[in-house]
Amino acid sequence: MTTSTNASVNTTETQAPDDRHEIDSANAEVVAAMTAGQPVLVDVVTARTVIGVLDEQTPTLLHAGPPVDFADMPAPMQASCVGAAFFEGWAADEAAAREFIASKVRFVPCHHVDAVGPMGGITSANMAVVVVENRASENPTEWNRAYATMNEGIGKVLRFGAFDSEVVDRLHWMAKVLGPSLSAALASTDEGYPLMPVIARAIAMGDEFHQRNIASSAIFAKDFAPLLIKARLGTEQLAGVTDFLGRTDQFFLNLAMASCKAIMDAARKITKGSIVTAMTRNGHEFGIRVSGLGDRWFTAPVNTPEGLFFTGYSQDQACPDMGDSAITETFGLGGMSMIAAPAVTRFVGAGGLGDAQAISEEMAEIVFGHNAMLSIPTWDFQGTPTGIDIRKVVETSITPIINTGIASLEPGVGQIGAGTVRAPLGCFTKALEALAETYGVDA
Amino acid sequence: MIKPNQYSDSVSLMLLSKKLTDLDGVDQVSVMMGSPANREILAATGFDGPELEQAGPGDLVVGVIAQSDEAVENVLGRIDEELSAQSASRRSTGIQGVRSLSRALTKSPDAELALVSIPGDHVAGQVDALLDANLDVMIFSDNVTIDDEVRLKTKARDRGLMVMGPDCGTSSLGGIPLAFANSTRKGSIGIVGASGTGTQEVMIQIDRLGGGISHAIGLGGRDLSSEVGGITCLQAMSALDADLNTDTIVIVTKPPAAEVRARVEQAAAQLSKPVVALFLGERPQTDRAGNIHFAWTLDEAAAKAVELTGTAGFAPATGQRNLVGLYTGGTLASEAAMLVRDSFDLPALDPHHPNGMILDHDGFQVIDLGDDVYTRGRPHPMIDPSSRTDHMPQVFDDPATAVVLLDLVLGYGATDDPAGAVAVPIREGLERAQAAGRAIKVVASICGTDRDAQNLQQQKDILTEAGVTVLASNAAAVRHAISLIESARAGHADAVADADQQPVPARIADLLDGPPKIINVGLRSFATDLADAGAAVTQYDWSPIAGGDPRLARLVSLLANR
Repeated sequence: MTTSTNASVNTTETQAPDDRHEIDSANAEVVAAMTAGQPVLVDVVTARTVIGVLDEQTPTLLHAGPPVDFADMPAPMQASCVGAAFFEGWAADEAAAREFIASKVRFVPCHHVDAVGPMGGITSANMAVVVVENRASENPTEWNRAYATMNEGIGKVLRFGAFDSEVVDRLHWMAKVLGPSLSAALASTDEGYPLMPVIARAIAMGDEFHQRNIASSAIFAKDFAPLLIKARLGTEQLAGVTDFLGRTDQFFLNLAMASCKAIMDAARKITKGSIVTAMTRNGHEFGIRVSGLGDRWFTAPVNTPEGLFFTGYSQDQACPDMGDSAITETFGLGGMSMIAAPAVTRFVGAGGLGDAQAISEEMAEIVFGHNAMLSIPTWDFQGTPTGIDIRKVVETSITPIINTGIASLEPGVGQIGAGTVRAPLGCFTKALEALAETYGVDA
Repeated sequence: MIKPNQYSDSVSLMLLSKKLTDLDGVDQVSVMMGSPANREILAATGFDGPELEQAGPGDLVVGVIAQSDEAVENVLGRIDEELSAQSASRRSTGIQGVRSLSRALTKSPDAELALVSIPGDHVAGQVDALLDANLDVMIFSDNVTIDDEVRLKTKARDRGLMVMGPDCGTSSLGGIPLAFANSTRKGSIGIVGASGTGTQEVMIQIDRLGGGISHAIGLGGRDLSSEVGGITCLQAMSALDADLNTDTIVIVTKPPAAEVRARVEQAAAQLSKPVVALFLGERPQTDRAGNIHFAWTLDEAAAKAVELTGTAGFAPATGQRNLVGLYTGGTLASEAAMLVRDSFDLPALDPHHPNGMILDHDGFQVIDLGDDVYTRGRPHPMIDPSSRTDHMPQVFDDPATAVVLLDLVLGYGATDDPAGAVAVPIREGLERAQAAGRAIKVVASICGTDRDAQNLQQQKDILTEAGVTVLASNAAAVRHAISLIESARAGHADAVADADQQPVPARIADLLDGPPKIINVGLRSFATDLADAGAAVTQYDWSPIAGGDPRLARLVSLLANR
């Protein structure tokens, strides 16, 4: 008797119209959508076939970060555009390419077309992209997709601003050989290749999915070997693809990015609350989106990463931060889950396990909760910190920490190191002001 | 130079400033947070400028006066190094800090108390949040307005919580020192202290006299003002009265407002335990009123508390009303007789004291066993303890005996082991009395030092083990015995007083029940001390909300509850 009386009282309370915690309940919904995410790799295709703006007459390039003009892009990002112009056959030399880009090319943020791109994020019509579908809902009509180019490896690569023939040739090979091979492999699966189980397993194997992807990349290569064989590729093609997958330790990073993007876009449908749904940077500005503030970007000048450098390079050659890859931190991976990846803690500026733990503890201050699906053994099996709450960021002045690669400021050189960078506080305070307006609160 | 959003507490920054000023070629270094008050200080000490105006309370401001640009560069370079060295040593100390209250509460969901040491301007808001989280609070910080103090203490009381302070330097709960405190023996004396060093002095004097502390509850200097009205003092007194580990309560304050003093005394008179009250600066008009014993100095308060410890509620069987002193020292016996006579208003002493009977009236007896009567044909009892031990069985077996008072004299000439000699008949006597349904207390003092051949500490241990309460002087032992016999003769009045007590709120009672689980808000060194003392502590590395931007801080707080 007593129990049922209490229950009815509680029900009345929660139904009260002046429920004071509407932001918290909205955030709970957003985080529920995040933790329910079920990304599945369904295909690898040519970008223009799935991204409408790339299939139009106007020459178009996607770029990382919030909207930015070509002139405001840092040197390596502009250099990536040159590489893309070579790849698309728009020009044969750098001067012509720059001329073409400055006068003819339309720029669109990856984020505006369901895509994410690493570092410069430069994506053109004929590049291969992975198609990741978030199947969290039981209703297939609610499934949403995200796209990302594939990881090219390290060093001299387009995303870091290298554009010589080696880079462009590799992009052609990825578009003509690698992409179709993976697509053929996927065709032999019933419903694609589920990525969340890989992420959950690899986080226990020391990946945090931004600086370290070797465990997940290995799982991917292991799982795809029989699928590729079943796809009956030619011997040379099979050898090339398996060799590439075997060598490319960061291959899974782009799959993780697309997974996080698909999941965060599903969460973005809940247009209430104070949870960050995207973080990204274009080398000029850092931008965030917030659940309760729809598709608006809140930006502030971007910081330059600090970290360790390859021999011969140093901090003063480091390019300001770039890339949509901070979508992994938005979902709670990368720097947020630094403690998961002891092997790379020193590489990203953390001294040791204690420092890595201190970073994740600090990140836990600014999130709504933890993702029990992604349990971290080195953190007493706590889940990844999930749902960055801008109220907590502004309250504590703790900004998300992002694990990132460092590009050379000099165009054409590529990656020169790796480290960490903080999201600037300014975008969070701007968003908080906007949120206060949305919720009719004035100080 | 301004370093945005890099909060450090003022203690670390002062240490840092001092260290950097000592560098070669450097005249002055000032490292401070950019709060309005600090900006004034910086401007007044020659660090004026437009850059300073831009600094917020969450920004670190560095001012350097040096003989060369090189020296300035050196200082600026060292700051980053020193600040990161501080954070590195943090990690190695093992106490990991959290940066928000919500995280602190997640880390220690069963926390009972928060110790707050943050800039005064920020205290009220922070304490509000701590009270909302159902925590008792000790506020070490000063510079809190009295209006805020009244508001916070009233809010706490209404919620069954307690706020100690602001400007509360010293507390000790269940042996866990909070802020400034000495390491003292655990025992059964509870202290309610409005003054920090006063509480410390009473604590250490109690320790020196062989007594121990259950809890010391700090109030803050203004608690007994007419504005605050002794809110915390009254809470602390009733909490200690209900606490099973406390049997004597000491109140140490400066003279309170008259009406507050009346309220405190009235409340003290209602307590079931003896109370020692010291209103420092006021010479007491009387030694005692009912259960309240007044003291004039801190050490006197400590001594009275030690003498009263263990006397409350001594209720032996009906008919047990005699106090018997069995002395080997004649002058010690005379002092005992004098104090007893004075306390109970007995007739003048008989100068002839036949049979060594220095006092013998209405069940009060003091016998000098060194009297000629007892030494005829046998050695003095200081040499041969048997004259006293022979006498003991008849005292313990007398159904009227309630309290037995002894002296023990060590030193050259005295017997090898006087304590061992009396321990046997005392233990046997107590056992027989207990078997017969009687409760007897034995009280002693020892005239001796640690350098005496018999060794004071060893003799004391033997007596304590035999069930004897040992006090630091003959007079103290006598006063303890007097309080015991008063308690015995008063019967069960204390039990009645207990019935009038208001129940102590569960949250405050929890605080005194076992070492408190603490969230330390502010100074890390307090957390280290707490952890060293064995407390469960969560460190909250406080920094101003929203980096000290008042508008953003308000938005955060408004949006927190939307």
